[in-house]
Amino acid sequence: MNKASNQRKDTTAVTENNKGMDRFRLLINQSKPVLEDLKHTLYLWRRTHLAMVGTVMIIFFILIALLAPVIAPYDPIAQNLDQRLMPPSMDHFFGTDQYGRDIFSRVLHGSRIEIGIILIVSVISLSIGVFVGIISGFFGGLVDEILMRITDMFMAFPRLVLAMAFVAALGPTLTNVIVAIALTDWTVYARLARAESAKVKSLPYIEAIRAVGAGRIRIMVLHILPMSISPVIVKLTLRMGTIILTAAGLGFLGLGAQPPIPEWGAIVADGRDYFIDQWWISTFPGIAIAIIVLGFNFLGDGIRDIMDPKIRR
Amino acid sequence: MKEISTGNLLELKGIKQYFPIKQGFLAPRRVVKAIDNVSFDIPKMSIFGVVGESGSGKTTLGRTILRLIEPTQGQINYNATDITHLGSKEMLNFRRKMQIVAQDPYNSLHPRKLIKSIIGEGVKIHFKKKPEEVYLDVKNILQALGLKEEHMFRYPHEFSGGQRQRISVARSLVLRPEFLVLDEPTSALDVSVQAVILKLLKQLKKDFSLTYLFITHDLAVIDYIADYVAVMYLGQIMEIGPKSKIFNSPAYPYTKSLLDSILHPDPGKKRNRKTLKGEIPSPINPPSGCRFHTRCPCVKEICRTQEPEMTKINENHFAKCHFPLVAGTE
Repeated sequence: MNKASNQRKDTTAVTENNKGMDRFRLLINQSKPVLEDLKHTLYLWRRTHLAMVGTVMIIFFILIALLAPVIAPYDPIAQNLDQRLMPPSMDHFFGTDQYGRDIFSRVLHGSRIEIGIILIVSVISLSIGVFVGIISGFFGGLVDEILMRITDMFMAFPRLVLAMAFVAALGPTLTNVIVAIALTDWTVYARLARAESAKVKSLPYIEAIRAVGAGRIRIMVLHILPMSISPVIVKLTLRMGTIILTAAGLGFLGLGAQPPIPEWGAIVADGRDYFIDQWWISTFPGIAIAIIVLGFNFLGDGIRDIMDPKIRR
Repeated sequence: MKEISTGNLLELKGIKQYFPIKQGFLAPRRVVKAIDNVSFDIPKMSIFGVVGESGSGKTTLGRTILRLIEPTQGQINYNATDITHLGSKEMLNFRRKMQIVAQDPYNSLHPRKLIKSIIGEGVKIHFKKKPEEVYLDVKNILQALGLKEEHMFRYPHEFSGGQRQRISVARSLVLRPEFLVLDEPTSALDVSVQAVILKLLKQLKKDFSLTYLFITHDLAVIDYIADYVAVMYLGQIMEIGPKSKIFNSPAYPYTKSLLDSILHPDPGKKRNRKTLKGEIPSPINPPSGCRFHTRCPCVKEICRTQEPEMTKINENHFAKCHFPLVAGTE
């Protein structure tokens, strides 16, 4: 009796929510193959040791950045002139600098700044690069010629020198460092995206979609973009290490983050004058830079392996 | 023809498709004449077959008709409307009515998209429907083509060649087209699957009252499906007419040798056949006079110098030859 009434309730609910249910079922069905794909990716991820090591390093890095204010024993900016140039000890794991600031805290807080730089530079340079590259490859001809010659102009200079010129022109602040690195870095993605888009646009399935009646923008955004994005993503991961190196290099030269911001390159520069006797000031942020760059390179290599269609299917 | 033909669905007038070849800065400009002065009409509700060797311009012809590549010269009339110079907005309406099924089912489906979105894309573009309605449309067309609902949520690589070709056909048919260009739809498939697909295409033509332009190199397929046949050689139509006429009394020597090349199911049967020698000449420098004179078994002096006119052999039956094998009635 109870069961029957329950069932009746269910059926009425179904008819009432029929449309909603249909939509829900559609969503479930649609996400199934995507989930399946994701599962396969995770499986490959676990099998690729390099990617695993890289992932662990990067996750560790991100955790530190998130938890920096909790872990850090001291304020990264507060000066304590009684404690200047102390060697590593239980009080100061990485020692202190010439103003008595705790290097350990400074390195931890520095990771937040580095992550900010990476994220913003990636977003800006990826958008410019993919935009320019896909348009260039899709239209070809004169458009391609003009866009690629502009790209050549950017690529003609060594990246660090060009970034230095931009920062020198804009003024040495953290924002300008980000802008400068993004403006020098987009060319890489533009070239890659262009190559992929030029290759994909002449394939039969793009012509088939054109025959169905899709417009140019639709084809570029919905069909060419997803096909050309994966090598760009791999390249981006590989370049994240380089982005940090450039940021640190600019910081070291005094063109990047200004004191007292605990940017790693700037900390290394702080320790330059004391390097012989107080080695710890420069060494620890240097090690941090090395580990992160290595982590991103491992991750990038691993992702390249995972994305390789020959391994995939 | 027993079909109620109410005029022509498609008319081609003097279509030329030349592709320039870049050879260097100062080199003389040369062109590949992929299609050279092709004119024909396709009656409504008919199956119009185009045959020819590889490199004769069949596929280019199909793509030109749909304006996937712009013709160098000539006029395309669809249902008495000149669509040759329509802008992309006006063309959109015709894009829905004229569809193409590509030759290679392995490369003509986007590898990263679900079948649902491959087929549903056109519905979204042309009918602006809600997701649930698009879903229903896709489901119905898949079932009409003998595929299942669950196939919607798979990727193209999970299907066999025959299934992919059905998906290609579904992508076109879901738009309710009137005219379908079938570009060698069976050449990439096994013989057994070929038969199934051909049967299906014939059935669909009836169900959806379609008109086909059927491009193939396989005369047996043409024999099975077509009402009219055009024989292409080096970018030109050499003979055109109703299938029965072309198959029973070919007027053009090239058509004759193509028909001779059809294999007979009985291997013991003795046949008196002439096979063609050599390769199709380059469309950059087509032979002077009759284009076929380099390989023609009954070539005469005039063929080398003077290009033959389209001559009437019979009602609806034309051949471009100085010495047609069948004498005209006139």
